[in-house]
Amino acid sequence: MSELVNKQQAAVALAGDTFSEQRDPHHHPPHVAHHFESAEQQFSSAKIGMWVFLATELLMFGGLFCAYSVYRHNHPEVFEFAHTFLDKNLGAINTVILIASSFTMALGVRMAQIGNRKGLTICLILTLLGGLGFMVIKSIEYRAKYEHHLWFGAGNQYSKLYNGPRPHEGPIQQHSDTPALTHGEREQAAVAHQMAATTLPTQTFGPAFIDPNAGTGDEAKIKPNQVMPVGLAPAIMAQQAAIEHGGFKDAAGHTDSHHKIAFEDLPQSEKDRVATFFNIYFLMTGLHGLHVLIGMGLITWVMIRGMAGAFGPLYYTPVDLVGLYWHLVDLIWIFLFPLLYLIH
Amino acid sequence: MDTLHQPKPGELPADGHDHVDEHEAHVHLVPIWLLVTIFAALLVLTGVTVGVTAFDFGRTANVWVALGIAVVKATLVALYFMHLRWDSPFNGLVCAAAMFFVALFIGIVVLDTKEYMVNFNPPAVTAARPAN
Repeated sequence: MSELVNKQQAAVALAGDTFSEQRDPHHHPPHVAHHFESAEQQFSSAKIGMWVFLATELLMFGGLFCAYSVYRHNHPEVFEFAHTFLDKNLGAINTVILIASSFTMALGVRMAQIGNRKGLTICLILTLLGGLGFMVIKSIEYRAKYEHHLWFGAGNQYSKLYNGPRPHEGPIQQHSDTPALTHGEREQAAVAHQMAATTLPTQTFGPAFIDPNAGTGDEAKIKPNQVMPVGLAPAIMAQQAAIEHGGFKDAAGHTDSHHKIAFEDLPQSEKDRVATFFNIYFLMTGLHGLHVLIGMGLITWVMIRGMAGAFGPLYYTPVDLVGLYWHLVDLIWIFLFPLLYLIH
Repeated sequence: MDTLHQPKPGELPADGHDHVDEHEAHVHLVPIWLLVTIFAALLVLTGVTVGVTAFDFGRTANVWVALGIAVVKATLVALYFMHLRWDSPFNGLVCAAAMFFVALFIGIVVLDTKEYMVNFNPPAVTAARPAN
């Protein structure tokens, strides 16, 4: 046993000697940890670690995008109706703001690389302002949703769990044709219009309809005449084709997916699913907003260190990695914006 | 750090795939004109993705058009802002693998739900409301 320990100690000592011989004895920068051979190796290791973390972030958001895809694929007309409550202009402005802040972040990394302390601080302040602007606009949107009872869960007037006050029926106004109104007024008018055109159930709790195919809580129910091998039977293929190409039929029987869908146009089985769009919207944008806040915190930290002169050509790893995180936040919004605001 | 000569911005060539060779510093600078170009391209593509909603290519194609533009924008961000174009290919591999598995995940789940939707709740079904 002691022999083995001695052998191991000898091996360690030998390895240590070899390592110390390889080292440049005159140059040992303070920011290089002892287990790295060089600053370059330390930097690339940190970068690989950051990319692996970003990959897990992509996979986490991927789960939400998956929920979105399944729901939109199965209930496209719900999305085409419910997204009209989102403000395209605010979404587009936020997209531009995030892209601009990504640009200033990329500039900031360059400033850190050339050791321009003042430039780095200015770039990071601009990036922070971008994040702040994004969150301000997002909170304006969220507040409007909350006030109009388009919140998530039971706070949504289309939810079966909704127990709150119904907005009074107002004058019917097409919100898209009244540019003179402010965002809030337009949204209110849209809600009033939808509510006026809707005969919502008087009961405030419980299912508004009985769906013959919905099954029970315990077991899903399958239509008896359609139990057959999936993906092969011609009947199923024909039905799928009908669902895919038939599209939504409006009152006049037209199948135009580009026309605006009103709440009363939705089949009854879809009306109770409108609230789920808002749940998906709040979950996806909420998690994204949380990332923006975390990113702003990280940028503040990097900015304070940068103002103290911590970064230069030899060491700018934190700036680079926080930049990568910020770009990922931008990248996810690039997908969220068209998928939530620009449905048509 | 004290022995390091800190280069000023003006000393660097503006067109730069230049490297600051300071001892062991291997810094790759993305030229500013390239960053500005990518920024402008992203803004233009944002305009395109908004403008394209004026056209109807069909319910399914609309989604693919929007996704296509988003993928181009995301690629620009990843390659230039996130520096993947000049990075070790391994970092790009990590990113691409994550994207691939997300696509695989969504693709297979959507294929699966397509099969079930024939049997569960086709949108045409409208049930009578219970008389309460």
